[in-house]
Formats: sequence, structure tokens, C-alpha cells
Amino acid sequence: MIPELGHFALALGVALGFAQAIVPLWGAHRGDARLMQAAPALALGQFLAVGISFVCLAWSSVVSDFSVLNIAENSNSLEPLIYKITGTWGNHEGSILFWCLILTMCGAAVAAFGAGLPSSLRARVIGVLGLAGVGFQLFALLESDPFVRLWPPPVDGRDMNPLLQDPGLAMHPPILYTGYVGFAVPFAFAIAALLEGRIDAAWGRWVRPWTLAAWCFLTGGIALGSWWAYYELGWGGFWFWDPVENASLLPWLTGTALLHSALVVEKREALKVWTVLLAIGTFSFSLSGTFLVRSGILNSVHAFANDPARGVFILALLGLVIGGSLLLFALRAPVLSATGIFAPVSREGALVLNNILLCSIAAVVATGTMYPLFADLLLGEKLSVGAPFFNATVFPLAVPLFAAMAVGPMLSWKRADLGAALTKLWWAALIAAAIGLFMATRAALLPTLAFACAAWIILGAAADLGERVRLFRVPLSASGRRLLGLSRGTLGTTIAHAGLGVTIAGIAAASLAHSSIVLLHPGQVAHVGGYDFQLTDLHDRSGPNYAARVAVIDVRHDGRLLTVLAPERRTFPVQQITTTEAKISTNGLRDLYAVLGEERDGGAVLRLHVNWLAPWIWFGALIMAAGGLVSLADRRLRVGAPARRRARTVPA
Amino acid sequence: MIRLALAFTLFLLAAPAFAISDPNEALPDPKQEARAVAIGEQLRCLVCQNESIEDSGADLARDLRHIVRQQVAAGKTDQQVIDWLVARYGNFVRLRPPFEASTLLLWGSPVLALAGGAAIVLLARRRQGESPPPLSDAERKRLRRLLDT
Repeated sequence: MIPELGHFALALGVALGFAQAIVPLWGAHRGDARLMQAAPALALGQFLAVGISFVCLAWSSVVSDFSVLNIAENSNSLEPLIYKITGTWGNHEGSILFWCLILTMCGAAVAAFGAGLPSSLRARVIGVLGLAGVGFQLFALLESDPFVRLWPPPVDGRDMNPLLQDPGLAMHPPILYTGYVGFAVPFAFAIAALLEGRIDAAWGRWVRPWTLAAWCFLTGGIALGSWWAYYELGWGGFWFWDPVENASLLPWLTGTALLHSALVVEKREALKVWTVLLAIGTFSFSLSGTFLVRSGILNSVHAFANDPARGVFILALLGLVIGGSLLLFALRAPVLSATGIFAPVSREGALVLNNILLCSIAAVVATGTMYPLFADLLLGEKLSVGAPFFNATVFPLAVPLFAAMAVGPMLSWKRADLGAALTKLWWAALIAAAIGLFMATRAALLPTLAFACAAWIILGAAADLGERVRLFRVPLSASGRRLLGLSRGTLGTTIAHAGLGVTIAGIAAASLAHSSIVLLHPGQVAHVGGYDFQLTDLHDRSGPNYAARVAVIDVRHDGRLLTVLAPERRTFPVQQITTTEAKISTNGLRDLYAVLGEERDGGAVLRLHVNWLAPWIWFGALIMAAGGLVSLADRRLRVGAPARRRARTVPA
Repeated sequence: MIRLALAFTLFLLAAPAFAISDPNEALPDPKQEARAVAIGEQLRCLVCQNESIEDSGADLARDLRHIVRQQVAAGKTDQQVIDWLVARYGNFVRLRPPFEASTLLLWGSPVLALAGGAAIVLLARRRQGESPPPLSDAERKRLRRLLDT
């Protein structure tokens, strides 16, 4: 009964979506206020319908209703409750439904918070979101129905993939998906602007908070995914330039560019056409990231949907969304006139440089990811493009970006004095160079450069902040007052930039890591990177739906016991899969990391790492996302159009 | 994420716990071992998804690791080892594709992207930079009148 209810609610969502797409768009076209006003109610209705559908699926999973095919294949009665809930989105059908849910949530958010928008713009944005929603809900309904029944039901389900049974990974998809799908809102704003034929500073101000919110989630989602790879896979690596990872990096790169170019639209009414194109491009990358991999075209091994019908449906949908919006762009973009003029050396100029470099990196990553397919189809050559290629091509583009990052926020709008900005940064440059020289004797060229860049960015952010509060030039209390008076947007920029610096330092330090693979018998000691790892015990332990083998390792430094690590190997009987559970002890500056491998001759094979600054990679991403949130709290973004509203309340 | 997860799942399905499960695999000389690792990271495990032979736990990867170490121990240069494998498995084995006609677009992509970006900026500036036509005599007179008053 419950699954049928969910199925019906999904169908209802599609029907409401059609109405949400047609009624407001038609109303905006005709200038009919009543039709336009229907938009928010329809968007909320669609969110409710798809929400009920999703809750029904989650409920079926929680009560282990194995008469539903999806649940029988991806759940098990012994699973802990949390994984029964998160398992709802841990499979193809459920994740598509979840994707639809977030898209309708975006529509509902625009309906709820968009009261300050002009009615025709709001109607068009919600209409475009409805149109996109219909496409993907139809896909869920027709090609990947999560509510298909199974008769007779099996006694127990086939269990969720053990690798996904992890708290980090339970949180990863909702955050990442919200990031991916969140870029649908700037996309809808861009399409609406093309339909309206008008973009102004107000448009830039409306589109920025949505972009910022999506960007924060995407940053968090990517970081969480990479953190999971680090601690769950037990290789000590965190980024593998795998097509799947690249697919999530692409919208992040163009989304970051969008964030910066929308700023120019807001402040200076320049780069309008470019910003619209970026908004379309970012959502297109998000869509391809989620779906191209599944269509079976890019890397069939990663695909959930090897079913050709599904692949064709997805590709047709992608073609329709991306091709349609680009066609509209080609037809309507010339209507948008550019205004604000600026000198090459100015804040705008720096933001243009940021856009060129970020988009170039995105282009290289996209080319590298798609090239094996391209070479195979068009040239008949089998090629591989892996980490060595990306490291060699992305870094040279990233260095100028990092170098410009510290200077950009110090330049003034319209026309700036580069020399004056650089004079304020001399001490940052000096320290960064000193750190580079210090590292040069210890690391290879690339990590050395990366360390210098990291220091430059962090110190540059500090210098910018110090400059704004006039630190040491006015009394400290006055500086404090200035700090409180800074706009949250400025503060957010500084925090996010510093966060990137922290992440770069963490990545650069990967080259300083020590690792070793050793066969130890209980009592024996291994020396890795100045630390002594002593295996003290090997024993068995049983978990709720797995059996584990545990190694107990004492870690000492200069004879002092620092920590006890207990890595595990878990065997899940239902799926016959063994996973490694790495154990990590961190003090913020270095990770002690141990993985248990096979056992032989009464001893255990252990992989032991000492990873310097490793936590900084994710800590930096957290700072970046926090910077985005601070910026999101800026008054100008919260209050839609303050000037207009206040004008109305002030008596004449 | 699911894709991410699945990708790794598939790696793991193909592989036991982690790549190098035998400590004896490594060469006794740490310098040679470091070189072997550096070479191995450039080589693809042919039966896996985009994984280097150093990361992969597949049997083939183990065999290739063994070959690389044998050749390094025999005193061959990095290039000789890679050439030996390319001669047998083709360019597919290289994670860093060679620079040749068929990869021109790939290796050229950073330069092309930058050039494209610069071209767009220059075009936009030229279109915008067209200075307005000089003032006519009537306009100049009017301007003088406005400034004088």
C-alpha cells in the first residue's frame, strides 16, 4: 500500500510539474498576473508530492518491505536503522528519486524566498525549474521506477554495498546532490533572463546567493567524498583523477567562476552574456556529472544503468536540456547589451583572469576525461589519460590563479594601481618565498611551488583583512570595530580564499608522507617516518551484520606511547565482500594511519602511513564552505532590494 | 557519490584489501624501489579502471610490478622500462599519453583554452573599446555654454 502511495505521489508530481512548467511561463509571456501567481503554489505542491513519494520509499526501506524489488536488492533486515534510511539513496532508482526531490526542493525554495523578485522573473524561474523537474521525474517514473513490486518476496534482502555502510558516506550524497542540483537555480535564472531579454545588477544580486549556496554544498560534498576515499579505501590517497571524481570537479570549477563573474554583473553590470553562459555550462556539467556516467557512454564500468533504454532516455534528456538552452542562448544573447567599462588592471580585470584560468582548467579536465572515448571513436586509438597527465597540465594553470588570488581582492573597481596593491603584499611575498626555499631542499619542484602558493594565499588573505581594518595604523579597538563593520561578503571572500590556501598546503604535504608495507608478528615493531608501530594483538570481533578481524597497534615516538590504532578487516557474509577499516589518529598536523591486510604465518601485513598535514585538505574545504556561508549571510543578499522597500515605508 | 562509491567498489571487487599485499615485493634498495614506484605510477593496470599498477590489486598489476622491478634492478633506464611495456601493450598502458599527432588536441588543451579565453576577452574589448565619434561643432558649443554657466 505504502509503495503504491509513493508511486501515485510521483505521478502526481509529474502532473503538477507540467502545470508548473506551462502555466507560469505562459503567464509571463502574456503578462497575465494571475497565471504568474500560480507558480509558487505549484512549486510547493510538486515538492510536497515528490517528498511524499520519497518518504514512502524510505519507509518501505525502514520496515524492510522486501516485496519492493529495489529494497530487496539493496537492503537487508540486519542492517542498522541509519543505513536502512541512507540506503534509500544508495542505489540507482532511489538516487534518481532523491535527485528529483532536491530539484523540487530548489523550486520550492525559490517560491518561498523569492517574494522580492519581479513577478515575471519569478514565474519564469519557477517555470524553468518545473520543466527540468518534469523531465527527470518522467525518467524516474518510466525508466527507473523505484516502486516495482516483487512476488513472491524473498525472505531477506541482498544487503547494501558494505562500502556504503559508513557514516561519512551516508552524509555524502545528500550534500553532493544538493550542490549539483542547486546549480539548477542559477541555470533557471539564466534561462529566465534570456526569455526576458534583460539582465541588470539586480539580476546579479538575486542569482548570487543561490550560486553561493549550491557552491558551498558542492565544496562540502566533494570534500566528504575524498575524505571517505582516504579513510575507507585504505590507500592513503584522496584524489585519483577518476572520471567520476572529475565529473564532480567540473561543475565546481565553472561554478566557482560563475560565483566570481556574477559579482561583476552585480557591481558593474559587465560580463552579463558570459555569466549567463557560465550558469548554463555549470548546470550542464552537473547534469552530465550525474547522468553521463550512468548512461554507459563514458565509462560503462561505473554505470548503474547498463540498460540501453535508460541510457538513450538520459542522453535524449541531456541533449534536450543542454542543446535547448544553448540554442536559446545563441538566439537571445545578442539582446543583452554590455555596459560597464573597465581597465585591464582592476577588480573586474582580476575576476576576468580568474574566469579564464578556472574555465581553462575545467576545459583541460573535461578534455582529459573525454579524450579516451574521443580517441577510440574518431581515431581508433586506445589511450589512457590518468593522474600523471592531469598533474602535469592542471598545475601550470593553477599557479597563476593562486598568484592572482591574493592580489585580486586588493584591487579597486574600474581602474586599479597594481603597484600599490603589491606593496601591501611585500611581507607576504617574502614569507612565501622563504617557505618555498625552505621546502625546496625537502620536496620536489611541484610541492615546493604549492607550499609557496599556499603561504602566499593565506598571508594575502590576512594582508587584505589587515588592510581593511587598518591594523597597527589605528588603535586595536578601532581595528576591532572596523572588523565588525566589514561586510559579510568581504569577510566571506577572505575566509574562503584562506581556506583554499589551507587545502593546497595539505595537498602539497602529501609528497612528504611516509608509508610502508610490512609483515609483523605480534610483538614486532616497524619504523615509519620516525614513528614506531608495534603490533600487540590480533583478534576477532563481531559486528551487527559483519565479522571483523582486528589488529591492535601501539604507536610510539621517542619511546612515548602516542596512540593505539585498531584497524579492521570486515567481512559481510550477505554480499561476500571484505572491506578494510583504516584507523587514523590525527593531531591536526599529521595523521598516523594504519590498515590491516592479509595474514600469513601468524603475522599480519600492515600498511602504515605518516601523513603530514593530511587533515588540512578537508579542513581547508570546510573553511571554504564556511566562507561561502558567511558571505551568504551578507545583508545585501538576504534583503532582496532594500532600497526599494525602505523607500515605500518612509513617509513623505 | 554513488558513482564514486561504485567506482571504488568495482576496484575493490577486483582487488583484495589493498594493492601490494606482499612486503617482499619491494626491491631491497630503497632508491631503486622509489624509482620503480615512480615508473609504476605512470603505468595503467590494463584490466582496471584508470588505476596505476602501483594502486591496483589485480593479478596482472602484480605481474607488471614484478617486471618493472626486475628491469629496474637490471639497471634499465625509466624510458627503457616504459618502452618495453608500450611495445607489448601499446599506448593504452601509459597513464600519461605520449605527445604525438593523435594526442595533439589533448596536450594542446591548456594552450588552446587559454588562447580561446584571451581571444574572447580581446574581441569583447575591441567591440566595447570603440571610442564614441568626436563631438560636432554644435555639441562643442553647447558643452562650452554648459561649462561656462
